[in-house]
Amino acid sequence: MGDLNRLVRGGRGMSLAPNYVILILLLIFSIGPLAIMAFNSLKSRTEIGDNPLGLPRGLVWSNYSRAWDVGNFSTTMVNSGLLVAGTVIGVLLLGGMAAYSLAKLDLPGAGALMLFLLVVSSLPIHLFLVPLFVLWRELGLLNSFHGLILIYIALNAPLAIFLLRSYMVQLPRDFEDAARVDGAGEWQIFAKIVVPLSWPGFLTVGLVVALSVWNEFLLATVFLQDESKFTVVTSYQNFATRFSRDWSLTSAASVMMIVPIIVIFLIFQRRFIEGMTQGGMKG
Amino acid sequence: MRDTVIQGLPVVNVRRSRLTGVFYRRKVVPWLFVLPVLAINLLVVLGPTLAAVYYSMTDWSGIGAAEWVGLDNYRQLFFDDASFKNAFLHNLMWLAMFLTVPTAMGLIAASLLAPITRGALFFRMSLFIPYVLPSVIVAHLWTSLIHPDRGIVGWLNDRGVPGMDIAFLGRESTVLPTIAFIDNWHWWGFLMVLFLAGMQNIPPDLYEAARLDGANRWQEFKDVTIPGIRPVLVFMVLMTSIWSFLTFDFIWITTQGGPAGASEVLSILVFKNAFQNFEAGYAAAIGMTMSVFVGAVISVFVVLRRRGWEI
Repeated sequence: MGDLNRLVRGGRGMSLAPNYVILILLLIFSIGPLAIMAFNSLKSRTEIGDNPLGLPRGLVWSNYSRAWDVGNFSTTMVNSGLLVAGTVIGVLLLGGMAAYSLAKLDLPGAGALMLFLLVVSSLPIHLFLVPLFVLWRELGLLNSFHGLILIYIALNAPLAIFLLRSYMVQLPRDFEDAARVDGAGEWQIFAKIVVPLSWPGFLTVGLVVALSVWNEFLLATVFLQDESKFTVVTSYQNFATRFSRDWSLTSAASVMMIVPIIVIFLIFQRRFIEGMTQGGMKG
Repeated sequence: MRDTVIQGLPVVNVRRSRLTGVFYRRKVVPWLFVLPVLAINLLVVLGPTLAAVYYSMTDWSGIGAAEWVGLDNYRQLFFDDASFKNAFLHNLMWLAMFLTVPTAMGLIAASLLAPITRGALFFRMSLFIPYVLPSVIVAHLWTSLIHPDRGIVGWLNDRGVPGMDIAFLGRESTVLPTIAFIDNWHWWGFLMVLFLAGMQNIPPDLYEAARLDGANRWQEFKDVTIPGIRPVLVFMVLMTSIWSFLTFDFIWITTQGGPAGASEVLSILVFKNAFQNFEAGYAAAIGMTMSVFVGAVISVFVVLRRRGWEI
């Protein structure tokens, strides 16, 4: 038996080498282009011409300050930040309330509501985009952050509700019941007991929603056409089209846009992956 | 304090007010918690969707009055509009590409990664990173990398590698697979993580049993891994099928459907008709058709599940 074990384990240990080889190739495929981008963000325009892929010879940090100014990042970062903050707060508050009602309050008609949310979340944006655009124009919500935030809340809420509900259902009822006996209202129970107990769920949903809003392209393009309202994404699209020949400049702008994403992703990667895969599985 | 005030009132009244209190607490309060999000969803999604159903049967330009034209838009769409057929075909090609390439890559990477302990987290995270990047960055990065004068393709071209002197995004024959390649670079890591999560739920005894039976790697993969992650696979097929009819970002950012419509898909047609040709009614009809495809995919899924498939 001992021999057999050693044989099997030894065999497995040996056979992992090809795994690493192929995984490293895939790693180069995934990370290589990003490394090239980072290298190119530090090259001069002339250097990129004859050295488009390798390490930079000198470090041209001025690409960054130039990209920051030309890309108008001081405005667009704030704009994107406002959209992310407004949407995350709205989704967590309103979605959390709905999830609480579904998980804890025996909402009459809960099944119908879940079905409605499921249907609403699987309707293609392109179906209702034009009437929504016209409606927003009539309501004076075009080119306004709160107008777009409302749309983002509507589109992100169903997923948030499903995730938060499945989180809250698992919470023990003891605390709430005790609070109810003491005469606490449902709002107090929600705000003081359920939210603090399900904070990991809120954190996960908040991160996933924040990422999707930060990266969102189509709606930001359609609903914020005023240049002073551009997000980092829509502004980058303009910028990269205008300066498509200046690869060092576009690379520097790209790096500035994705460094915050990658840092936050690396810190919270477990939550991101959990939220995105579970969100997918539930949707 | 209250008691002293209502002492003289008939008992019935007290009971009724307590009853309405219970009613309020049990039936009204739960809906108050749901109401804000429901109202926003009705305003943003349901209302405009119903409007789209109506406008798809009008000649509406997007501004001003709309005139009822019945099913004319649909007739034109299905029988007269070559660009619709062309776009729909591209959606089907997109579906075929995304059901195969990323699935294969995801399965290979996940099954190579599953038995690894050293560096597993590092690989999982790194391969997932492209998925968290914004589509504009990914699209513009790859547009440069595959430019015949620059990037990787330019580098290969300079060294005389054949077939690298092509503007992949500028030719009708290569543009669609090229955009799919770019989108896939961003997408496949997500599938890999999904598959990996599924594989980690497979009981290790099954692998040991297979190994004792003398199964080789391929047989292990075929007879243990694939059946073990079947729910994930089915879910992936469903999601890919839905999303292939809706794809927009990468195509719009790289080519806007060009050259000469060679990368047009349905969502691009909606966008062009609505915001460039001012044919909002016609755009709504295309949007309706897209939704019907999505609805059909979901119905197949639901029917299969009703029939007892474990999906």
